[in-house]
Amino acid sequence: MTERRQVVVIGSGPAGLTAAIYTARAQLEPVVIEGEPSSTSDQPGGQLMLTTEVENFPGFPTGVTGPELMSQMREQALRFGADLVTAKVTKVDFSASPFAIYVGSDEPTYLADSVIVATGARSLMLGVPGEERLLGYGLSTCATCDGFFFRGHEIAVVGGGDSALEEAIFLTRFASKVHLLVRRDSLRASKIMQERALANEKIEVHWNTGVLEVLGESKVERLAIVDTVTGAEAVLEVTGIFVAIGHVPNTDLFKGQLGLHDNGYIEVGVGSRTTVDGVFACGDVQDHVYRQAITSAGSGCMAAIDAERWLEGQGH
Amino acid sequence: MSEHVINLTDATFDEQIGAASGAVVVDFWAEWCGPCKMIAPILDEIASENAGITIAKLNIDDNLDVTRRFDVMSIPTLIVFKDGQAVKRLVGAKPKGALVQELAEFL
Repeated sequence: MTERRQVVVIGSGPAGLTAAIYTARAQLEPVVIEGEPSSTSDQPGGQLMLTTEVENFPGFPTGVTGPELMSQMREQALRFGADLVTAKVTKVDFSASPFAIYVGSDEPTYLADSVIVATGARSLMLGVPGEERLLGYGLSTCATCDGFFFRGHEIAVVGGGDSALEEAIFLTRFASKVHLLVRRDSLRASKIMQERALANEKIEVHWNTGVLEVLGESKVERLAIVDTVTGAEAVLEVTGIFVAIGHVPNTDLFKGQLGLHDNGYIEVGVGSRTTVDGVFACGDVQDHVYRQAITSAGSGCMAAIDAERWLEGQGH
Repeated sequence: MSEHVINLTDATFDEQIGAASGAVVVDFWAEWCGPCKMIAPILDEIASENAGITIAKLNIDDNLDVTRRFDVMSIPTLIVFKDGQAVKRLVGAKPKGALVQELAEFL
């Protein structure tokens, strides 16, 4: 059965839920198609569901955990009457208005006067042999979930950005030693995170280091690594690996439907407008520069206001 | 948590798994695990929709013995027990449809 809606929000991270809060308060009765459970960042609540302490979201002077922040945003959206559907959009058709949104069916599940795209970004994996086989057996995408199992172990964190450093620091609570493997000779992370990580006695930084293979019979036993400058190969004895090497936008659904940049992110013009009139984008799916919870929430608000004004202009 | 779901501890695990008729799905979880919280209501639903299967929860924080015995290294992990034997293991949160499919042979 097809349902007609004024606003359909796709995605439920800070951008999607902020857009839902604003459009719900504007009486536009949004439905949020929030995604489906997984152990990667591609899940309801988004990347913050795998985050530990969020220290820089205004209004939480003593910090808040990612899952707690998302559960509060979700509650706030529900309070104003947004409908949340735990499902994944399988197809969209933005070629004609109203826009068709498919959720696992041949017929459109929703026909929407306006759409707010907030599908975010997902973590990149290493793409090396052994990675997929040992996922969940020492190789983890969620430090918050799995750090506990590495009490007293030597482990590795791969990556040099804020999320890698945050994970490395968090994991020192459990691990006897954290090897931070950085491909280049410098860190991308913010100054404050760099200072904290480099001052932590349990963290050893391996510069110019890439991962060749994850080794182990039934669980992770060691890592084959390579010096990215000299090409010299070595083996690192670790029982756990946490990967935090960056993100790709979740835009597969929108190929051929919306204008995308070469790097896959959605093109937005004025405010949150995409190349299709009536379709708006917010959050990490259109932002490869700032990528913060707060900028994401801010852009979700912009998309909601843009959608509201656009609908008014169309006489809805 | 619904009435269809039971709680296990290190102390009760062997007895309850041994005594169970039919399949028992043990959900290894913890309070601080976001993906665990997401699949909890799904497991509740599966339990109430399928009388033949028992869903049991084991908090890993409080029950390290069983957690170590089954070499759990990532949560959520679901282990299916039949006649006291571990017969299937699922690691990571999954949508309801995928979980039902994975558990179909026991439902």
